[in-house]
Amino acid sequence: MSFIFGTLQLGLIYGLLAVGIYISFRVLNIPDLTAEGSFTFGLAVSSVMAAGGHSWLGILCAALAGAAAGAVTALLQTRLKIHPVLAGILTMSGLYSINMYVMGERANVTLIGCDTIFTWFAGLFPSADKNVLKLIIAAAAAVIGAALAILFFRTHLGLCVRAAGDNETMVRASSINVDRVKLIALAVSNAYIALCGGIIAQYQSFADINSGVGILVVGLASVIIGEVIVGRRGVTAGVISAVAGSLAYRIIIALATRYTLLPAYMLKLISAVIVAAALSVPAIKQSISLYKTKRGGV
Amino acid sequence: MLKIESAVKTFFKGTPNEHTALDHVSLSLENGEFVTLVGSNGAGKSTLFNAICGSFMLDGGAVMLDGKDITYQPDYRRAADIGRVFQDPMKGTAPNLTIEENLALAYSRKKKHAFSLAVNKRDIAYFRERLAAMDMGLEDRMKTKVGLLSGGQRQVVTLLMCTLNMPKLLLLDEHTAALDPQTSDKIMKITNDIVKENNLTTMMITHNLNAALRTGTRTVMMDSGKVILDISGSERDGMTLNDLLEMYSQKSDKQFDNDRMLLTKDRSE
Repeated sequence: MSFIFGTLQLGLIYGLLAVGIYISFRVLNIPDLTAEGSFTFGLAVSSVMAAGGHSWLGILCAALAGAAAGAVTALLQTRLKIHPVLAGILTMSGLYSINMYVMGERANVTLIGCDTIFTWFAGLFPSADKNVLKLIIAAAAAVIGAALAILFFRTHLGLCVRAAGDNETMVRASSINVDRVKLIALAVSNAYIALCGGIIAQYQSFADINSGVGILVVGLASVIIGEVIVGRRGVTAGVISAVAGSLAYRIIIALATRYTLLPAYMLKLISAVIVAAALSVPAIKQSISLYKTKRGGV
Repeated sequence: MLKIESAVKTFFKGTPNEHTALDHVSLSLENGEFVTLVGSNGAGKSTLFNAICGSFMLDGGAVMLDGKDITYQPDYRRAADIGRVFQDPMKGTAPNLTIEENLALAYSRKKKHAFSLAVNKRDIAYFRERLAAMDMGLEDRMKTKVGLLSGGQRQVVTLLMCTLNMPKLLLLDEHTAALDPQTSDKIMKITNDIVKENNLTTMMITHNLNAALRTGTRTVMMDSGKVILDISGSERDGMTLNDLLEMYSQKSDKQFDNDRMLLTKDRSE
Protein backbone atom coordinates (compact mmCIF):
# COMPACT_ATOMS: atom_id res chain seq x y z
CA MET A 1 0.00 0.00 0.00
CA SER A 2 2.74 2.45 0.90
CA PHE A 3 4.28 1.60 -2.46
CA ILE A 4 1.23 2.98 -4.27
CA PHE A 5 1.10 6.05 -2.03
CA GLY A 6 4.78 6.72 -2.56
CA THR A 7 4.42 6.47 -6.31
CA LEU A 8 1.43 8.82 -6.43
CA GLN A 9 3.12 11.31 -4.12
CA LEU A 10 6.27 11.41 -6.22
CA GLY A 11 4.29 11.54 -9.45
CA LEU A 12 2.31 14.56 -8.28
CA ILE A 13 5.28 16.46 -6.87
CA TYR A 14 7.35 15.79 -9.99
CA GLY A 15 4.30 17.03 -11.92
CA LEU A 16 5.58 20.54 -11.10
CA LEU A 17 8.87 19.66 -12.78
CA ALA A 18 6.96 18.45 -15.83
CA VAL A 19 4.97 21.70 -15.96
CA GLY A 20 8.22 23.69 -15.82
CA ILE A 21 9.79 21.64 -18.61
CA TYR A 22 6.58 21.88 -20.63
CA ILE A 23 6.76 25.70 -20.48
CA SER A 24 10.31 25.90 -21.81
CA PHE A 25 10.34 22.91 -24.14
CA ARG A 26 6.87 22.96 -25.69
CA VAL A 27 5.53 26.49 -25.22
CA LEU A 28 8.68 28.54 -25.61
CA ASN A 29 10.31 25.96 -27.89
CA ILE A 30 13.71 26.13 -26.18
CA PRO A 31 15.39 23.04 -24.72
CA ASP A 32 16.45 24.63 -21.44
CA LEU A 33 19.26 22.79 -19.67
CA THR A 34 19.12 25.17 -16.72
CA ALA A 35 16.66 22.64 -15.27
CA GLU A 36 19.43 20.37 -14.00
CA GLY A 37 20.92 23.20 -11.96
CA SER A 38 17.74 24.95 -10.89
CA PHE A 39 16.19 21.74 -9.56
CA THR A 40 19.16 21.25 -7.24
CA PHE A 41 19.16 24.97 -6.45
CA GLY A 42 15.60 24.68 -5.16
CA LEU A 43 16.49 21.53 -3.29
CA ALA A 44 19.50 23.17 -1.64
CA VAL A 45 17.73 26.39 -0.66
CA SER A 46 14.68 24.59 0.69
CA SER A 47 16.66 22.05 2.71
CA VAL A 48 19.01 24.58 4.26
CA MET A 49 16.13 26.86 5.23
CA ALA A 50 14.08 23.96 6.59
CA ALA A 51 17.09 22.88 8.63
CA GLY A 52 17.09 26.44 10.01
CA GLY A 53 13.44 26.07 10.95
CA HIS A 54 11.81 27.94 8.04
CA SER A 55 10.17 25.20 6.03
CA TRP A 56 7.49 27.31 4.29
CA LEU A 57 9.84 30.18 3.62
CA GLY A 58 12.23 27.59 2.22
CA ILE A 59 9.64 26.50 -0.35
CA LEU A 60 8.99 30.10 -1.38
CA CYS A 61 12.70 30.90 -1.63
CA ALA A 62 13.29 27.74 -3.66
CA ALA A 63 10.85 29.00 -6.28
CA LEU A 64 12.46 32.45 -6.27
CA ALA A 65 15.93 30.91 -6.60
CA GLY A 66 14.76 28.95 -9.64
CA ALA A 67 13.28 32.09 -11.17
CA ALA A 68 16.62 33.85 -10.73
CA ALA A 69 18.46 30.96 -12.40
CA GLY A 70 16.03 31.05 -15.33
CA ALA A 71 16.50 34.80 -15.63
CA VAL A 72 20.28 34.39 -15.85
CA THR A 73 19.92 31.87 -18.67
CA ALA A 74 17.50 34.18 -20.47
CA LEU A 75 19.89 37.12 -20.19
CA LEU A 76 22.74 35.01 -21.57
CA GLN A 77 20.52 34.09 -24.53
CA THR A 78 18.97 37.44 -25.31
CA ARG A 79 21.42 40.11 -24.21
CA LEU A 80 24.67 38.28 -24.87
CA LYS A 81 23.36 36.24 -27.84
CA ILE A 82 24.68 32.93 -26.52
CA HIS A 83 23.12 29.84 -28.09
CA PRO A 84 20.10 28.76 -25.97
CA VAL A 85 21.45 25.29 -25.24
CA LEU A 86 24.88 26.60 -24.29
CA ALA A 87 23.33 29.35 -22.14
CA GLY A 88 21.49 26.67 -20.17
CA ILE A 89 24.63 24.58 -19.79
CA LEU A 90 26.57 27.59 -18.52
CA THR A 91 23.97 28.42 -15.87
CA MET A 92 23.64 24.78 -14.87
CA SER A 93 27.38 24.43 -14.55
CA GLY A 94 27.78 27.62 -12.54
CA LEU A 95 24.93 26.60 -10.27
CA TYR A 96 26.86 23.53 -9.12
CA SER A 97 29.26 25.79 -7.22
CA ILE A 98 26.46 27.96 -5.92
CA ASN A 99 24.50 24.92 -4.71
CA MET A 100 27.58 23.62 -2.96
CA TYR A 101 27.97 27.01 -1.28
CA VAL A 102 24.30 27.13 -0.27
CA MET A 103 24.52 23.66 1.24
CA GLY A 104 27.45 24.78 3.38
CA GLU A 105 30.13 23.07 1.33
CA ARG A 106 28.63 19.67 1.95
CA ALA A 107 27.43 17.28 -0.75
CA ASN A 108 24.25 16.53 1.17
CA VAL A 109 21.93 17.82 3.88
CA THR A 110 19.61 15.67 5.98
CA LEU A 111 16.41 16.96 7.51
CA ILE A 112 15.74 14.02 9.81
CA GLY A 113 14.20 15.46 12.97
CA CYS A 114 13.74 18.89 11.38
CA ASP A 115 10.38 20.48 10.77
CA THR A 116 9.25 20.31 7.15
CA ILE A 117 5.99 21.30 5.53
CA PHE A 118 5.07 17.61 5.74
CA THR A 119 5.67 17.30 9.49
CA TRP A 120 3.87 20.64 9.97
CA PHE A 121 0.80 19.30 8.14
CA ALA A 122 0.97 16.02 10.06
CA GLY A 123 1.01 18.08 13.27
CA LEU A 124 -2.33 19.64 12.31
CA PHE A 125 -4.00 16.24 12.02
CA PRO A 126 -2.26 14.03 14.57
CA SER A 127 -4.62 11.08 14.17
CA ALA A 128 -4.63 10.91 10.37
CA ASP A 129 -2.59 8.49 8.24
CA LYS A 130 0.75 10.15 7.40
CA ASN A 131 0.79 8.76 3.90
CA VAL A 132 -2.62 10.23 3.15
CA LEU A 133 -1.51 13.61 4.49
CA LYS A 134 1.59 13.51 2.30
CA LEU A 135 -0.56 12.64 -0.66
CA ILE A 136 -2.82 15.61 0.09
CA ILE A 137 0.13 18.02 0.11
CA ALA A 138 1.50 16.51 -3.10
CA ALA A 139 -1.89 16.71 -4.80
CA ALA A 140 -2.42 20.28 -3.59
CA ALA A 141 0.99 21.29 -4.95
CA ALA A 142 0.32 19.71 -8.33
CA VAL A 143 -3.25 21.05 -8.66
CA ILE A 144 -2.43 24.59 -7.53
CA GLY A 145 0.72 24.62 -9.66
CA ALA A 146 -1.09 23.40 -12.75
CA ALA A 147 -4.04 25.76 -12.19
CA LEU A 148 -1.73 28.78 -11.87
CA ALA A 149 0.08 27.79 -15.06
CA ILE A 150 -3.21 27.43 -16.92
CA LEU A 151 -4.40 30.82 -15.66
CA PHE A 152 -1.05 32.37 -16.61
CA PHE A 153 -1.42 31.23 -20.21
CA ARG A 154 -4.85 32.90 -20.39
CA THR A 155 -3.42 36.30 -19.54
CA HIS A 156 -2.01 38.74 -22.03
CA LEU A 157 1.52 37.95 -20.85
CA GLY A 158 0.86 34.22 -21.20
CA LEU A 159 -0.36 34.78 -24.75
CA CYS A 160 2.86 36.68 -25.50
CA VAL A 161 4.90 33.72 -24.24
CA ARG A 162 2.97 31.30 -26.45
CA ALA A 163 3.34 33.57 -29.46
CA ALA A 164 7.08 34.05 -28.80
CA GLY A 165 7.55 30.29 -29.03
CA ASP A 166 5.47 30.15 -32.18
CA ASN A 167 6.56 33.09 -34.32
CA GLU A 168 9.12 35.47 -32.89
CA THR A 169 9.05 37.83 -35.88
CA MET A 170 5.35 38.38 -35.45
CA VAL A 171 5.71 39.10 -31.74
CA ARG A 172 8.38 41.72 -32.43
CA ALA A 173 6.17 43.23 -35.11
CA SER A 174 3.37 43.43 -32.54
CA SER A 175 5.52 45.80 -30.51
CA ILE A 176 6.27 43.30 -27.77
CA ASN A 177 9.72 43.02 -26.23
CA VAL A 178 10.53 39.39 -27.02
CA ASP A 179 13.65 39.40 -24.85
CA ARG A 180 11.60 40.34 -21.82
CA VAL A 181 8.94 37.75 -22.65
CA LYS A 182 11.62 35.04 -22.86
CA LEU A 183 13.08 36.17 -19.56
CA ILE A 184 9.72 35.92 -17.83
CA ALA A 185 8.95 32.55 -19.41
CA LEU A 186 12.29 31.01 -18.43
CA ALA A 187 11.98 32.46 -14.93
CA VAL A 188 8.51 30.95 -14.51
CA SER A 189 9.64 27.62 -15.98
CA ASN A 190 12.62 27.35 -13.65
CA ALA A 191 10.59 28.55 -10.68
CA TYR A 192 8.37 25.51 -11.20
CA ILE A 193 11.39 23.23 -11.50
CA ALA A 194 13.07 24.63 -8.37
CA LEU A 195 9.77 24.56 -6.47
CA CYS A 196 9.58 20.87 -7.30
CA GLY A 197 13.13 20.43 -6.01
CA GLY A 198 12.27 22.36 -2.87
CA ILE A 199 9.26 20.17 -2.07
CA ILE A 200 11.18 16.99 -2.90
CA ALA A 201 13.93 17.95 -0.44
CA GLN A 202 11.43 18.28 2.40
CA TYR A 203 9.46 15.25 1.23
CA GLN A 204 12.44 12.92 1.41
CA SER A 205 14.08 14.89 4.27
CA PHE A 206 17.27 14.77 2.30
CA ALA A 207 19.09 16.87 -0.26
CA ASP A 208 22.00 15.78 -2.43
CA ILE A 209 24.17 17.93 -4.68
CA ASN A 210 23.70 15.46 -7.55
CA SER A 211 19.90 15.25 -7.37
CA GLY A 212 19.50 17.28 -10.54
CA VAL A 213 21.52 15.01 -12.81
CA GLY A 214 19.29 13.72 -15.59
CA ILE A 215 16.26 15.60 -14.28
CA LEU A 216 15.71 17.29 -17.64
CA VAL A 217 15.22 13.94 -19.31
CA VAL A 218 12.85 12.87 -16.52
CA GLY A 219 10.81 16.02 -17.15
CA LEU A 220 10.88 15.55 -20.92
CA ALA A 221 9.81 11.92 -20.56
CA SER A 222 6.88 13.02 -18.39
CA VAL A 223 5.81 15.70 -20.87
CA ILE A 224 6.01 13.29 -23.79
CA ILE A 225 4.23 10.42 -22.02
CA GLY A 226 1.52 12.94 -21.08
CA GLU A 227 1.16 13.92 -24.72
CA VAL A 228 0.78 10.29 -25.68
CA ILE A 229 -2.03 9.92 -23.11
CA VAL A 230 -3.87 13.23 -23.59
CA GLY A 231 -2.74 14.16 -27.10
CA ARG A 232 -1.22 17.44 -28.24
CA ARG A 233 -4.00 19.97 -28.04
CA GLY A 234 -4.15 23.40 -26.45
CA VAL A 235 -1.90 24.76 -23.77
CA THR A 236 -4.45 24.00 -21.01
CA ALA A 237 -4.51 20.34 -22.03
CA GLY A 238 -0.73 20.51 -22.28
CA VAL A 239 -0.26 21.58 -18.64
CA ILE A 240 -2.66 18.89 -17.43
CA SER A 241 -1.03 16.28 -19.63
CA ALA A 242 2.38 17.16 -18.16
CA VAL A 243 1.15 16.34 -14.66
CA ALA A 244 -0.61 13.21 -15.90
CA GLY A 245 2.57 12.20 -17.73
CA SER A 246 4.59 12.62 -14.56
CA LEU A 247 2.20 10.31 -12.70
CA ALA A 248 2.37 7.74 -15.49
CA TYR A 249 6.16 7.98 -15.59
CA ARG A 250 6.45 7.30 -11.86
CA ILE A 251 4.09 4.34 -12.12
CA ILE A 252 6.15 2.84 -14.95
CA ILE A 253 9.35 3.35 -12.97
CA ALA A 254 7.83 1.96 -9.78
CA LEU A 255 6.57 -1.17 -11.53
CA ALA A 256 9.86 -1.71 -13.29
CA THR A 257 11.88 -1.51 -10.07
CA ARG A 258 9.39 -3.31 -7.82
CA TYR A 259 9.32 -6.39 -9.95
CA THR A 260 13.07 -6.03 -10.41
CA LEU A 261 12.72 -5.99 -14.14
CA LEU A 262 15.61 -3.61 -14.06
CA PRO A 263 18.13 -2.40 -11.52
CA ALA A 264 17.46 1.16 -10.35
CA TYR A 265 20.56 2.53 -12.06
CA MET A 266 19.07 1.69 -15.47
CA LEU A 267 16.28 4.26 -15.03
CA LYS A 268 18.13 7.12 -16.68
CA LEU A 269 18.84 5.02 -19.76
CA ILE A 270 15.19 3.97 -19.94
CA SER A 271 14.09 7.61 -19.62
CA ALA A 272 16.49 8.67 -22.35
CA VAL A 273 15.27 5.90 -24.65
CA ILE A 274 11.62 6.87 -24.03
CA VAL A 275 12.35 10.50 -24.93
CA ALA A 276 14.42 9.61 -27.99
CA ALA A 277 11.80 7.16 -29.23
CA ALA A 278 8.90 9.56 -28.70
CA LEU A 279 10.66 12.48 -30.39
CA SER A 280 11.65 10.34 -33.40
CA VAL A 281 8.08 9.23 -34.14
CA PRO A 282 7.40 11.97 -36.75
CA ALA A 283 10.65 11.22 -38.63
CA ILE A 284 10.03 7.48 -38.57
CA LYS A 285 6.44 7.93 -39.78
CA GLN A 286 7.70 10.05 -42.63
CA SER A 287 10.29 7.54 -43.79
CA ILE A 288 7.76 4.70 -43.56
CA SER A 289 5.29 6.58 -45.74
CA LEU A 290 8.08 7.46 -48.18
CA TYR A 291 9.09 3.80 -48.30
CA LYS A 292 5.48 2.80 -48.98
CA THR A 293 5.16 5.37 -51.74
CA LYS A 294 8.34 4.06 -53.36
CA ARG A 295 7.19 0.47 -53.12
CA GLY A 296 3.70 1.27 -54.35
CA GLY A 297 5.47 3.35 -57.01
CA VAL A 298 3.09 4.83 -59.57
CA MET B 1 5.28 61.86 -41.54
CA LEU B 2 8.24 59.69 -42.51
CA LYS B 3 11.59 61.22 -43.27
CA ILE B 4 14.67 59.25 -44.24
CA GLU B 5 17.85 61.28 -44.44
CA SER B 6 20.84 59.96 -46.32
CA ALA B 7 20.47 56.39 -45.06
CA VAL B 8 23.54 54.19 -45.59
CA LYS B 9 23.81 50.47 -45.00
CA THR B 10 26.68 48.24 -46.09
CA PHE B 11 26.63 44.49 -45.57
CA PHE B 12 29.76 42.36 -45.09
CA LYS B 13 31.91 45.43 -44.68
CA GLY B 14 35.61 44.86 -45.28
CA THR B 15 35.14 41.53 -47.03
CA PRO B 16 35.17 40.69 -50.75
CA ASN B 17 31.37 40.36 -50.49
CA GLU B 18 30.95 43.95 -49.39
CA HIS B 19 27.64 45.21 -50.65
CA THR B 20 26.17 48.67 -50.27
CA ALA B 21 22.46 47.99 -49.93
CA LEU B 22 21.47 51.58 -49.16
CA ASP B 23 23.57 54.33 -50.69
CA HIS B 24 22.59 57.68 -49.16
CA VAL B 25 18.87 57.19 -49.62
CA SER B 26 16.73 60.20 -48.77
CA LEU B 27 12.99 60.02 -48.94
CA SER B 28 10.22 61.95 -47.33
CA LEU B 29 6.55 61.02 -47.10
CA GLU B 30 3.66 63.35 -46.34
CA ASN B 31 0.77 62.32 -44.14
CA GLY B 32 -1.65 60.08 -46.05
CA GLU B 33 0.65 59.50 -49.00
CA PHE B 34 0.57 56.05 -50.62
CA VAL B 35 3.92 55.32 -52.22
CA THR B 36 4.56 52.33 -54.47
CA LEU B 37 8.18 51.23 -54.46
CA VAL B 38 9.60 49.42 -57.49
CA GLY B 39 12.99 48.17 -58.64
CA SER B 40 14.72 44.95 -59.62
CA ASN B 41 15.85 42.37 -57.10
CA GLY B 42 18.68 43.63 -54.95
CA ALA B 43 17.78 47.27 -55.53
CA GLY B 44 17.45 47.83 -51.78
CA LYS B 45 13.66 48.00 -51.41
CA SER B 46 13.34 45.45 -48.63
CA THR B 47 16.53 46.75 -47.03
CA LEU B 48 14.91 50.16 -46.89
CA PHE B 49 11.89 48.63 -45.14
CA ASN B 50 14.17 46.80 -42.71
CA ALA B 51 15.92 50.08 -41.95
CA ILE B 52 12.59 51.80 -41.27
CA CYS B 53 11.45 48.94 -39.02
CA GLY B 54 14.76 48.69 -37.17
CA SER B 55 15.60 45.11 -38.18
CA PHE B 56 19.17 46.42 -38.19
CA MET B 57 20.76 49.73 -37.33
CA LEU B 58 21.94 52.06 -40.10
CA ASP B 59 25.64 52.74 -40.74
CA GLY B 60 24.77 56.37 -41.35
CA GLY B 61 21.85 58.72 -41.81
CA ALA B 62 18.63 59.09 -39.87
CA VAL B 63 15.02 57.91 -39.81
CA MET B 64 12.34 60.22 -38.46
CA LEU B 65 8.75 59.18 -37.92
CA ASP B 66 6.14 61.80 -37.14
CA GLY B 67 8.81 64.27 -36.09
CA LYS B 68 10.53 61.78 -33.77
CA ASP B 69 14.05 60.49 -34.41
CA ILE B 70 13.79 56.69 -34.36
CA THR B 71 17.20 55.92 -35.89
CA TYR B 72 18.42 54.05 -32.82
CA GLN B 73 15.12 52.85 -31.43
CA PRO B 74 14.83 49.02 -31.09
CA ASP B 75 12.53 47.27 -33.54
CA TYR B 76 9.77 46.31 -31.10
CA ARG B 77 9.37 49.94 -29.94
CA ARG B 78 8.96 51.22 -33.49
CA ALA B 79 6.49 48.45 -34.20
CA ALA B 80 3.89 50.29 -32.13
CA ASP B 81 3.72 52.92 -34.88
CA ILE B 82 4.62 50.81 -37.91
CA GLY B 83 2.56 47.98 -39.35
CA ARG B 84 4.33 45.63 -41.73
CA VAL B 85 3.01 42.86 -43.95
CA PHE B 86 5.59 40.49 -45.42
CA GLN B 87 5.59 38.66 -48.74
CA ASP B 88 5.69 35.35 -46.87
CA PRO B 89 2.22 34.70 -45.38
CA MET B 90 3.91 32.57 -42.66
CA LYS B 91 5.78 35.51 -41.21
CA GLY B 92 3.00 37.74 -39.95
CA THR B 93 0.97 35.31 -37.85
CA ALA B 94 1.59 32.66 -35.19
CA PRO B 95 0.41 29.32 -36.71
CA ASN B 96 -0.42 27.54 -33.45
CA LEU B 97 -2.56 30.35 -32.07
CA THR B 98 -6.16 30.86 -33.12
CA ILE B 99 -7.31 33.80 -35.26
CA GLU B 100 -8.74 35.56 -32.21
CA GLU B 101 -5.56 35.00 -30.21
CA ASN B 102 -3.43 36.42 -33.01
CA LEU B 103 -5.67 39.44 -33.28
CA ALA B 104 -5.78 39.88 -29.50
CA LEU B 105 -1.99 39.91 -29.38
CA ALA B 106 -1.82 42.63 -32.01
CA TYR B 107 -4.69 44.61 -30.54
CA SER B 108 -3.28 44.77 -27.06
CA ARG B 109 -0.09 46.44 -28.28
CA LYS B 110 0.02 49.45 -26.03
CA LYS B 111 -2.68 49.51 -23.48
CA LYS B 112 -3.18 46.13 -21.81
CA HIS B 113 -2.07 45.06 -18.38
CA ALA B 114 0.19 42.01 -18.40
CA PHE B 115 -2.14 39.92 -16.25
CA SER B 116 -5.43 40.95 -17.80
CA LEU B 117 -7.34 38.30 -19.69
CA ALA B 118 -5.76 37.86 -23.13
CA VAL B 119 -9.00 37.47 -25.10
CA ASN B 120 -12.13 39.19 -23.85
CA LYS B 121 -15.66 39.25 -25.21
CA ARG B 122 -15.76 42.88 -26.24
CA ASP B 123 -12.59 42.53 -28.29
CA ILE B 124 -13.90 39.39 -29.96
CA ALA B 125 -17.04 41.20 -31.05
CA TYR B 126 -14.88 43.95 -32.53
CA PHE B 127 -12.63 41.43 -34.33
CA ARG B 128 -15.67 39.69 -35.81
CA GLU B 129 -16.97 42.97 -37.11
CA ARG B 130 -13.65 43.89 -38.71
CA LEU B 131 -13.17 40.42 -40.22
CA ALA B 132 -16.71 40.41 -41.56
CA ALA B 133 -15.96 43.68 -43.36
CA MET B 134 -13.19 41.90 -45.25
CA ASP B 135 -15.65 39.43 -46.67
CA MET B 136 -13.48 36.31 -46.51
CA GLY B 137 -15.76 34.30 -44.22
CA LEU B 138 -13.14 34.36 -41.46
CA GLU B 139 -15.47 35.87 -38.85
CA ASP B 140 -16.99 32.43 -38.25
CA ARG B 141 -13.63 30.74 -37.79
CA MET B 142 -12.28 32.78 -34.88
CA LYS B 143 -11.23 29.68 -32.96
CA THR B 144 -9.39 28.11 -35.90
CA LYS B 145 -5.62 27.87 -35.68
CA VAL B 146 -4.07 30.27 -38.17
CA GLY B 147 -1.74 27.51 -39.41
CA LEU B 148 -4.77 25.83 -40.99
CA LEU B 149 -5.67 28.84 -43.13
CA SER B 150 -4.61 29.44 -46.74
CA GLY B 151 -1.91 31.96 -47.60
CA GLY B 152 -4.46 34.56 -48.68
CA GLN B 153 -6.48 34.16 -45.51
CA ARG B 154 -3.33 34.47 -43.44
CA GLN B 155 -2.40 37.69 -45.25
CA VAL B 156 -5.86 39.09 -44.49
CA VAL B 157 -5.39 38.27 -40.81
CA THR B 158 -1.94 39.88 -40.88
CA LEU B 159 -3.28 42.95 -42.62
CA LEU B 160 -5.99 43.29 -39.99
CA MET B 161 -3.46 42.74 -37.18
CA CYS B 162 -1.31 45.54 -38.60
CA THR B 163 -4.16 48.00 -38.83
CA LEU B 164 -6.12 47.22 -35.63
CA ASN B 165 -4.23 49.89 -33.72
CA MET B 166 -3.97 52.29 -36.66
CA PRO B 167 -0.23 52.60 -37.17
CA LYS B 168 1.32 55.86 -38.33
CA LEU B 169 2.95 54.03 -41.21
CA LEU B 170 1.97 50.88 -43.09
CA LEU B 171 4.67 48.93 -44.95
CA LEU B 172 3.61 46.31 -47.49
CA ASP B 173 6.48 44.15 -48.70
CA GLU B 174 5.13 42.46 -51.86
CA HIS B 175 2.32 41.22 -49.70
CA THR B 176 0.34 39.76 -52.58
CA ALA B 177 3.25 38.19 -54.50
CA ALA B 178 2.85 34.71 -53.01
CA LEU B 179 -0.88 34.55 -53.81
CA ASP B 180 -2.84 33.48 -56.88
CA PRO B 181 -4.12 36.30 -59.14
CA GLN B 182 -7.72 36.29 -57.84
CA THR B 183 -6.72 36.26 -54.18
CA SER B 184 -4.05 38.81 -54.92
CA ASP B 185 -6.62 41.17 -56.45
CA LYS B 186 -8.90 40.70 -53.48
CA ILE B 187 -6.15 41.44 -50.95
CA MET B 188 -5.17 44.50 -52.99
CA LYS B 189 -8.76 45.73 -52.87
CA ILE B 190 -8.95 45.20 -49.10
CA THR B 191 -5.62 47.00 -48.72
CA ASN B 192 -6.81 49.96 -50.77
CA ASP B 193 -10.02 50.19 -48.76
CA ILE B 194 -8.21 50.17 -45.43
CA VAL B 195 -5.63 52.72 -46.56
CA LYS B 196 -8.25 55.08 -47.99
CA GLU B 197 -10.67 54.77 -45.10
CA ASN B 198 -8.05 55.62 -42.52
CA ASN B 199 -5.90 57.93 -44.62
CA LEU B 200 -2.89 55.76 -43.75
CA THR B 201 0.61 56.74 -44.82
CA THR B 202 1.67 53.68 -46.78
CA MET B 203 4.61 52.27 -48.70
CA MET B 204 4.18 49.23 -50.90
CA ILE B 205 6.86 47.22 -52.65
CA THR B 206 5.62 45.58 -55.83
CA HIS B 207 7.01 43.91 -58.94
CA ASN B 208 3.83 44.52 -60.82
CA LEU B 209 4.60 47.79 -62.61
CA ASN B 210 1.02 48.32 -63.71
CA ALA B 211 -0.16 48.01 -60.13
CA ALA B 212 2.63 50.36 -59.09
CA LEU B 213 1.30 53.08 -61.39
CA ARG B 214 -2.38 52.42 -60.77
CA THR B 215 -2.23 52.13 -56.99
CA GLY B 216 -1.42 54.93 -54.58
CA THR B 217 -0.39 58.51 -55.14
CA ARG B 218 3.33 58.35 -55.83
CA THR B 219 5.86 55.93 -57.31
CA VAL B 220 9.49 55.61 -56.29
CA MET B 221 12.00 53.49 -58.17
CA MET B 222 15.21 52.20 -56.62
CA ASP B 223 18.32 50.73 -58.18
CA SER B 224 21.62 49.64 -56.58
CA GLY B 225 20.67 51.18 -53.25
CA LYS B 226 19.67 54.55 -54.68
CA VAL B 227 16.40 56.27 -55.46
CA ILE B 228 16.52 56.83 -59.22
CA LEU B 229 12.99 57.97 -59.88
CA ASP B 230 10.35 59.69 -57.82
CA ILE B 231 7.13 60.67 -59.56
CA SER B 232 3.74 61.84 -58.43
CA GLY B 233 0.85 64.03 -59.49
CA SER B 234 0.17 64.67 -63.16
CA GLU B 235 3.55 63.41 -64.29
CA ARG B 236 2.66 60.03 -62.84
CA ASP B 237 -0.93 60.05 -64.04
CA GLY B 238 0.16 60.37 -67.65
CA MET B 239 2.77 57.67 -67.42
CA THR B 240 2.41 54.28 -69.08
CA LEU B 241 4.15 51.06 -68.35
CA ASN B 242 6.49 51.51 -71.28
CA ASP B 243 7.40 55.04 -70.21
CA LEU B 244 8.33 53.67 -66.83
CA LEU B 245 10.45 50.87 -68.29
CA GLU B 246 12.17 53.31 -70.61
CA MET B 247 12.93 55.67 -67.77
CA TYR B 248 14.38 52.79 -65.85
CA SER B 249 16.76 51.81 -68.66
CA GLN B 250 17.83 55.42 -69.07
CA LYS B 251 18.45 56.08 -65.42
CA SER B 252 20.07 52.79 -64.57
CA ASP B 253 21.79 52.11 -67.90
CA LYS B 254 20.44 48.62 -68.04
CA GLN B 255 17.43 46.73 -69.27
CA PHE B 256 14.92 45.01 -67.11
CA ASP B 257 16.29 41.52 -67.35
CA ASN B 258 14.53 40.16 -64.35
CA ASP B 259 12.19 37.44 -65.52
CA ARG B 260 9.84 38.03 -62.63
CA MET B 261 9.38 41.62 -63.69
CA LEU B 262 8.69 40.48 -67.26
CA LEU B 263 6.24 37.85 -66.10
CA THR B 264 4.16 40.27 -64.09
CA LYS B 265 4.24 42.65 -67.03
CA ASP B 266 2.93 39.94 -69.35
CA ARG B 267 0.22 38.95 -66.98
CA SER B 268 -1.16 42.39 -66.56
CA GLU B 269 -1.33 43.13 -70.28
